[in-house]
Amino acid sequence: MEPIQSTNDFVIRFANVNGSGSASANNLFAKAIFRMGIPVSPKNIFPSNIQGLPTWYEVRVNDKGNLGRRGGVDMMVATNGQTLVQDYNELLPGGYFFYDSTRPLFDECDRDDIVEIGIPLTQLTNDAFTNPKLRQLLKNIVYVGALSHLLDIEFTVLTDAIGQQFRKKPKLAEPNIQALEIGRDYAKKHFNESCRLSLSRRENILQDSILVDGNSAAALGALYGGATVAGWYPITPSTSVIEAFERFSNIHRLEEDGSKKVAILQAEDELSALGMVIGASWNGSRAFTATSGPGISLMAEFLGLAYFAEVPAVVVNVQRTGPSTGMPTRTQQSDFIATAYASHGDTKNVLLIPCDPAECFELTADAFDLAERLQTPVLVMSDLDLGMNDHISRPFVWDDNREYDRGKTLTGEELDEFERNRERWGRYLDVDGDGICYRTIPGAHPTRGSYFTRGSSHDEYAAYTEDSGAYQRAMLRLDKKWQTAKTMMPEPHIKFRSTSAQAGNPLGALFFGTTTHSAYEAIDRLAEERIIIDTMRLRSFPCPQPAVDFIDQHEIVFVIEQNRDAQMRTLLIAEYGFHPDKLVSILNFDGKPITADFITESLKAKLAGRTGTDSSPHLATGGNV
Amino acid sequence: MSYTRPTFRHPEQQKNSKGYHRRDYEGAISTLCAGCGHDSISSAIVQACFEMAIEPHRVAKLSGIGCSSKTPAYFLGKSHGFNSVHGRMPSIATGANMANRDLLYIGVSGDGDTASIGMGQFAHALRRNLNMNYICMNNGCYGLTKGQDSATADKGSAGKKGKPNPFESIDLCEIAIQLGASFVARSFSGDKQQLVPLIKAAISHNGLAFLDVISPCVTFNNTDRSTKSYQYVREHSEATGTFDFIPLQREILTRYDEGATQTVVMHDGSTLLLEKLEQEFDVTDQRRSVDKLEEAKERGRVLTGVIYVNPASKDTHDIIETTPRPLNSLTREDLCPGNDALEKINNSLR
Repeated sequence: MEPIQSTNDFVIRFANVNGSGSASANNLFAKAIFRMGIPVSPKNIFPSNIQGLPTWYEVRVNDKGNLGRRGGVDMMVATNGQTLVQDYNELLPGGYFFYDSTRPLFDECDRDDIVEIGIPLTQLTNDAFTNPKLRQLLKNIVYVGALSHLLDIEFTVLTDAIGQQFRKKPKLAEPNIQALEIGRDYAKKHFNESCRLSLSRRENILQDSILVDGNSAAALGALYGGATVAGWYPITPSTSVIEAFERFSNIHRLEEDGSKKVAILQAEDELSALGMVIGASWNGSRAFTATSGPGISLMAEFLGLAYFAEVPAVVVNVQRTGPSTGMPTRTQQSDFIATAYASHGDTKNVLLIPCDPAECFELTADAFDLAERLQTPVLVMSDLDLGMNDHISRPFVWDDNREYDRGKTLTGEELDEFERNRERWGRYLDVDGDGICYRTIPGAHPTRGSYFTRGSSHDEYAAYTEDSGAYQRAMLRLDKKWQTAKTMMPEPHIKFRSTSAQAGNPLGALFFGTTTHSAYEAIDRLAEERIIIDTMRLRSFPCPQPAVDFIDQHEIVFVIEQNRDAQMRTLLIAEYGFHPDKLVSILNFDGKPITADFITESLKAKLAGRTGTDSSPHLATGGNV
Repeated sequence: MSYTRPTFRHPEQQKNSKGYHRRDYEGAISTLCAGCGHDSISSAIVQACFEMAIEPHRVAKLSGIGCSSKTPAYFLGKSHGFNSVHGRMPSIATGANMANRDLLYIGVSGDGDTASIGMGQFAHALRRNLNMNYICMNNGCYGLTKGQDSATADKGSAGKKGKPNPFESIDLCEIAIQLGASFVARSFSGDKQQLVPLIKAAISHNGLAFLDVISPCVTFNNTDRSTKSYQYVREHSEATGTFDFIPLQREILTRYDEGATQTVVMHDGSTLLLEKLEQEFDVTDQRRSVDKLEEAKERGRVLTGVIYVNPASKDTHDIIETTPRPLNSLTREDLCPGNDALEKINNSLR
């Protein structure tokens, strides 16, 4: 078996022990590749504990800019004895197994189709450093140093990154650079010809891209979107949204006297967190919270209140695997039904679905406008993969002329004007026929505009009523507002890949969020085999008309999502009446980001089943592959 | 439909210093049972706000769910109100207060709302010392679901169904003091002479002012021993004999001086011994305040009056150091760092 040979196109996985300080070394590795101008996509696959259990960090390098997971591992950096044999066996034939050779490999590690690269990391580190804590941390830097030789990482890029990381503590930079040199020198001396994977600087691919995690991006979106109140409760994987928001606020939201133009309160639970958001939004602030699935369950009661009482609220939902506690540190897209219909009764919530950090920024900022325009909760549906992993992204851009859209919110003067020109103001009067009413903020007017907000049935003037007619009018108006919402949603991204849209390609694929990158890659691969599939990346629920048209225009639409029960497909069938046979599911729900390999093979199997050439489930079933 | 009061008032009705009549502080007509103590508390809130010349539109009134939580509809009709969900008033009030620190926040809750489903939110509003008046209209039972014991019902007391409560009760004032409330008082709904000044003091306080107001439930604190019990009335009433008949009763009123004890006969014939704190008591001594409550309890008395005050109180905004400007008044120029700052952030990510 020939060793794998590739420049700027491979997958490397680091197998570490959680809590051993590998994260900063691995981040340094990925950042160095990014700074060489090469598209890189790092992903953490980590356990839900602090210390001791296995953790992996998978880095995909791809010149073509494919940033989803590919599938398979070309090089394994194995520093965890617990998983050594498993890691060994997961390598693709021709791959490279980089391990700590201070101890010999286990007898079970016996493949002749891979290249073994043993470097005595522990011994080298112990020989050079005396401080036990430092030894542990620097052992990881030593392997980065060794990789710099094996993979041709520019050494100055690494040392510059170390200098930047420790610019406030330069004394710590010295041992880190020493550790890099130790690894590099050892590898150079012993493995001059060992590795045919290499990295080569690129000048024109990444342009002005940034490398950032989705949670930081969402936090910036909230900052730029004008959020002034955040109530929150810590939960993986959303915690860093608020932590980043606080970090940015401490720089950008200070008065001259140092007081803060923001209130961030850690609540006692998720119920209270959303209660704070609703109270603040009702009182005219832009407010948000960040949570994950279990938090959404707790917030359901308040989501129903905000929907029925028509109070804006923004929730960043960084999804993780469920149900219940599920796998708290693994990713999924499995909160769609729970959020779309969160709360009892006939409740429907607006969902926005970003696929990269730039969209986390943009859609979170947009969520505040939409929540106020629609006077309803808006949930930004991120996930762990997007939220907690670094991604290459378009840079953030803000239009300095952009005003906050406060929707139909009347000041005292506007209320006077309203009543002069129209009719007596009523909180729930549908004056414009779009289902959206005019609201006032407490304290806005000395004599007019006050009303009573409640989750109980109310008439057009916000008075409590159990009159069936008034209740039905309110519910139908809320549905009208839902129809209006469809016209405000972000457009889907549609690519007709057939020569002409009118050519009538029967095949379409629909995906959303972090499924996007692997889906595009898979469909590109199929195109090379002359299997042409048009694509649509959905960015919201409800779907705007072009999304509905896209599905109508295709005979079969593959719906690619990361959950067991085909939740988006269910929503599409329930809300738009598509025939179930038309929507064919491709489902991944193993907790790890979906791979292009999986999608490619699944699509092929479905297509083969459609033509009856193999025993795959028939397309019409829409079930699992 | 909602009930509204007739608009006619005597033309020579007194105005306060801001030019408002007392009627400007009233709300819709109450739909609570006749004689309900909650209506007396609503009336005391109206009186206190009128006398303090608080501009009605500068008040936000918030509540949870339950009989007591309906009352914000019955006072301050020109203020914005928020009737949220069961036990969650404190978080709504917290958010509202964060958005605009310049309004007066009156939170109304009940003993079910506060001491059971909302205990968590109550506790955390206390420890954050949110600047609001938190009034618990405490009748020891769940009125809207027809009389179950609440967590403040005394151990051994029998509710409508006649079964003595087997569990210890929660003393909200003691908890409030221990959790950091900076103003704690207890009163009786029928003692307007005491209640109105207490509400005024609470309004003047910077921080969370907690008022636990004993407020008899005319309908469900009857026991099967009472001739006014629900069951008795149903069995003996020839007038309607309907399931939902609720006897009209008089509001219980009382009046007594500081340091004195007053016996109050409740609707079910039981008695309540109210003891008004003497003026000399040092209400700034947190530990002594809790002792005083316990001592009164041992003597079978319900201590009323201001029980604890922290004169150096800092509210949530003070603690987290927010700007003196209301956050909801900040504009895009105040809030948005702009594209130049964003470009610097982009550069830090390259």
